[in-house]
Amino acid sequence: MEKLLEVNDLHVTFSTYGGTVKAVRGVDFEIHQGETLAIVGESGCGKSVTANAIMKLIPDPPGKITKGTITFKNKALTSLSEKQMRSVRGVDISMIFQDPMTALNPTLTIGTQLIEGVREHQKLSAGQAKAKALEMLQLVGIPNPIERLKQYPHQFSGGMRQRIVIAMALICEPELLIADEPTTALDVTIQAQILELFEKIQAATKVAIILITHDLGVVAKIADRIAVMYAGKIIEVGSKREIFYQAQHPYTKGLLNSVPRLDVKGEKLKPIDGSPPDLFSPPQGCPFTARCPLAMEVCDKVYPNTTDKSKSHKVNCWMQDKRAQQLLKLTAIK
Amino acid sequence: MLRYILKRLLIMLVTLWIIVTLTFILMVTIPGSPFNSERGTNEVVQANLEAHYNLDETYIVQYFLYLKSIVTLDFGPSIKQPSQTVNDMLMRGFPISFELGIITIIVAVLSGVTLGIFAALKHNQIIDYLAMGFAVLGISIPNFVLATLLIQQLAVNIELFPVARWLSPAHMILPITALATGPMAIIARLTRSTMLEVLTQDYIKMARAKGLSPWKIVIKHALKNALMPVVTIMGTLLAGILTGTFVIEKIFAVPGMGKYFVESINQRDYPVIMGTTVFYSAFLIIMLFLVDIAYGLLDPRIKLHKKGGK
Repeated sequence: MEKLLEVNDLHVTFSTYGGTVKAVRGVDFEIHQGETLAIVGESGCGKSVTANAIMKLIPDPPGKITKGTITFKNKALTSLSEKQMRSVRGVDISMIFQDPMTALNPTLTIGTQLIEGVREHQKLSAGQAKAKALEMLQLVGIPNPIERLKQYPHQFSGGMRQRIVIAMALICEPELLIADEPTTALDVTIQAQILELFEKIQAATKVAIILITHDLGVVAKIADRIAVMYAGKIIEVGSKREIFYQAQHPYTKGLLNSVPRLDVKGEKLKPIDGSPPDLFSPPQGCPFTARCPLAMEVCDKVYPNTTDKSKSHKVNCWMQDKRAQQLLKLTAIK
Repeated sequence: MLRYILKRLLIMLVTLWIIVTLTFILMVTIPGSPFNSERGTNEVVQANLEAHYNLDETYIVQYFLYLKSIVTLDFGPSIKQPSQTVNDMLMRGFPISFELGIITIIVAVLSGVTLGIFAALKHNQIIDYLAMGFAVLGISIPNFVLATLLIQQLAVNIELFPVARWLSPAHMILPITALATGPMAIIARLTRSTMLEVLTQDYIKMARAKGLSPWKIVIKHALKNALMPVVTIMGTLLAGILTGTFVIEKIFAVPGMGKYFVESINQRDYPVIMGTTVFYSAFLIIMLFLVDIAYGLLDPRIKLHKKGGK
């Protein structure tokens, strides 16, 4: 599979009156054609900022990409002008947002909102654009598309609106779709439908998906690979199997353990104690040290290097360092 | 839609009737009559005059005579200038007042909205501060002060514009500026604040994610939503501009309806008072009705009627 998007050492900061928030602090990942990468992590860990940075939709000021490169098919997005970036948005990379109730303009018909995207980027007549919009509505499973085109967002339910938002994002046939918490604002039953829709669309269009979520259930359903983010860094990345069954980072383990289980009766929830560090002045070492049950002295001082557990599985944790492993053996002997 | 309009028309008639009744009560409670000037009139003559104008009848009869004149749209001749009928005065004055009012509204809305958009887009930059400083001045300076200031500076001192009267486009500039500045400032401030709010909405981000150009986003996606509160206050602004025309017409010697309106009250010229009041009220009520219709057109979520409408 060909590499579609590569993010290297991405840093994003926000200047506020209270100081500079280092929201993303050196994120690396890549995504291949047609695959689904899930970025998981708790609120405020920089998932959405990373997504917005790829689209260069971070409000500047106060936000700024201070370092790093984002490459889409040999095109360095980070060095494109705003005008050049406009021909990437919606065409090469599309994005959908968390809340479908607010992502649609209440004063325009959904037909208008669907069509304006294609007509901006492709030389289509009004009739052709409308045909395309109908095709997209059918793909995302909206009944009576011809009638529905003339309706306004308030005439649709939440799930239907998210389908329309997805149709809007896919109408120019992008190769990458960034979905920023696409199911968080929806009912559980609707969530399942939308996830199935993602699978169906991926089978039909071969679009790659970056799925941003904090819901491990969603991840388990549709992700191929998973990147776990914590305090502005990716701390572990691997295939779905590797992350769910062989998680190495204590944070990933804590995250998996905190998911409530249906099969064990009377068990209490196991949250990770403590809260993430303040990103105004992030710690120089591993940001998870303060909450980590296995923390060592070195964790607080120096950020751990990346350890390759397999070709796809990478983790940043001192426990995985060879020296730490030897130390563990020594203590075991004693 | 038709049902809604019919219903509104009925309500408008009731409103008008209440205004007419209140005006009548005010009119008969103000001391004095058209015929008791300082010089005094011969009692017989006065009685004859009052009989001629039905002023010797009971208030109830007078009230119904007024209602009749309104329903037939014939207000009769002015008492003070018997050679002119009230309808003549209205027909002569109204086109001029209308011209002044309409141009003022157009100028105020266009410049106010433009100023507001630029201030919002250049939020916390020089343009924003300048526009808002200008708006604060516009709101705080009453139009009659601005009018006299404009006359003194631009008409008397540097003789750029004519001092008064209503003869050519050049004559219109000063009165319209004086009248439009206040409403423009209010509209600019309102547009700016709603625009700032709208620009942070998800659908604006969505529009950007589609790769639309910034201007398309502002005009197509933001402006329509940002204009909603502006349309809401249009009713109040219209009333303000309408009453503003009385003063401005007086200052610039514009021969509009304001002159008749103000003078008729001073002179207790009952038919003219009634005629101008009914006319102004009817005009304002119709404008407010149009504003409501415009509101429904801008925002599809607002339904003007209960049934149908898909």
